[in-house]
Amino acid sequence: MSARVVVSMPKSARRGEVIEIRTLASHVMETGFRRTQLGELVPRDIITQFVCTYNGVEVFRAELHPAVAANPLISFTTVATESGTLEFKWLGDNGYSATESAQLSVS
Amino acid sequence: MLAAAGEIPLESRKSGYDFMSRETRAMQDDEATHPALFTLMDGEALFKSSCASCHQDMKGVAARYPAVKGGQLRNLEQQVNACRVERQKQPAFAYESRELLALTAYIGRQSRGMPISVSAEEKHLAAGRATFNRRQGQLNLACAQCHDDNWGKSLAGNPIPQGHPTGYPLYRLEWQGVGSLQRRLRNCMIGVRAEPYAYGSQEFVELELYLMWRARGMPLETPAVRP
Amino acid sequence: MISRRAFLLILGSGPAFAQLPPNITAERQAALRAAIRKATSGAAVRAGKVTISIPPLIDNGNTVPISVTVDSPMTEADHVKAIHLFTEKNPQPYVLTAHLGPRAGRARVDTRARIADTGQVIAIAQLSDGSYWSDTVSVVVTLSACLEDGLI
Repeated sequence: MSARVVVSMPKSARRGEVIEIRTLASHVMETGFRRTQLGELVPRDIITQFVCTYNGVEVFRAELHPAVAANPLISFTTVATESGTLEFKWLGDNGYSATESAQLSVS
Repeated sequence: MLAAAGEIPLESRKSGYDFMSRETRAMQDDEATHPALFTLMDGEALFKSSCASCHQDMKGVAARYPAVKGGQLRNLEQQVNACRVERQKQPAFAYESRELLALTAYIGRQSRGMPISVSAEEKHLAAGRATFNRRQGQLNLACAQCHDDNWGKSLAGNPIPQGHPTGYPLYRLEWQGVGSLQRRLRNCMIGVRAEPYAYGSQEFVELELYLMWRARGMPLETPAVRP
Repeated sequence: MISRRAFLLILGSGPAFAQLPPNITAERQAALRAAIRKATSGAAVRAGKVTISIPPLIDNGNTVPISVTVDSPMTEADHVKAIHLFTEKNPQPYVLTAHLGPRAGRARVDTRARIADTGQVIAIAQLSDGSYWSDTVSVVVTLSACLEDGLI
């Protein structure tokens, strides 16, 4: 199944306004600390990084560890500087990657 | 259908929502970051591709289940599967499968905010009520003893809710995923060290009916978030 | 009424921490201190400016909504560069590290964490002037009463 993510943010803002961006990724975030009933360690499988760029410039980045809950939520803010494209990228173990983008109109 | 002795008076009923912290309630209320969001998206896609040719408006449907259809008492999962098998000539979806959870979550979401309103035949209701009041398992506890008699008190540090199925299927934080009412009931039975009934068993459907009847009038919250 | 300990023994107690060696807390606290030292390059950390918003009694340790805010004008001259989030009792201390900057507008990050046991949650903010500030909160985590498989 392809990686699924959802980004929630306003479509437009006034120049200089601080907007809230809420993101959700569908991911089990297997910690690597759990054991099966037979005592075997279940290997780690998590999202490790999240990056947001705004017209190509990085405006937010986060490193995630096994202590982030399943289906990770990351919410943050950014200043609406100019109209353009915000791009979101998630990277993780076992070659996981997901991207999403959103347009922001700034007046 | 008079309330039996020991049942919670109608005006004193509270959803499991009321026993959660403010922050957990916010997870249920915020649509954009609801942990069951992906399940709902799956459900919408599946519904549109598989069901929409016959069914358009599902508003109010989930609030009326379990119901007698085709001569048998069915919960929503069984009704979805009946359509699949009989009308679409497709194999039934297993309980807790991604597809069945997605569809029941999506269908349930169309009734969010509406009052639970099952019409219950006395024989099914009596069977469900009997199960609710029967002591079970090595701990020899009946549902009623925790959820009618001791709701609001603490069990191992957690508040005991009244046990109303106001938001199924729901995202249970313990499961870190979405699950059905029957999955949750199985957890309860394991909790009292009883052999859980099988998924789709008559005992479970009748118990579901009794629980929904017990919650009659309370608004549906599907998909809910619960600890 | 069954005591909590008897109830846990009856359930067989799924989570691993119930069977851990007795010095595990000391080991984890040492790992936490090492992680903080690494994040701050050994610099002094002062309490203040940072606020963790988290339920004091946690419904379920698998998913705990956490919000960290830092009191900062977020200008080019004075802003938060990073927020580090840690727990005291988890098998490893890191939760999330967020990298901000003046383009953030506000110093705030929300996430959902896993918190294994009753203990402290620590947030450390690195400011543009090289200073480090922190907030520490204590939370209580309980086991779920009705589990999937209490039969281990």
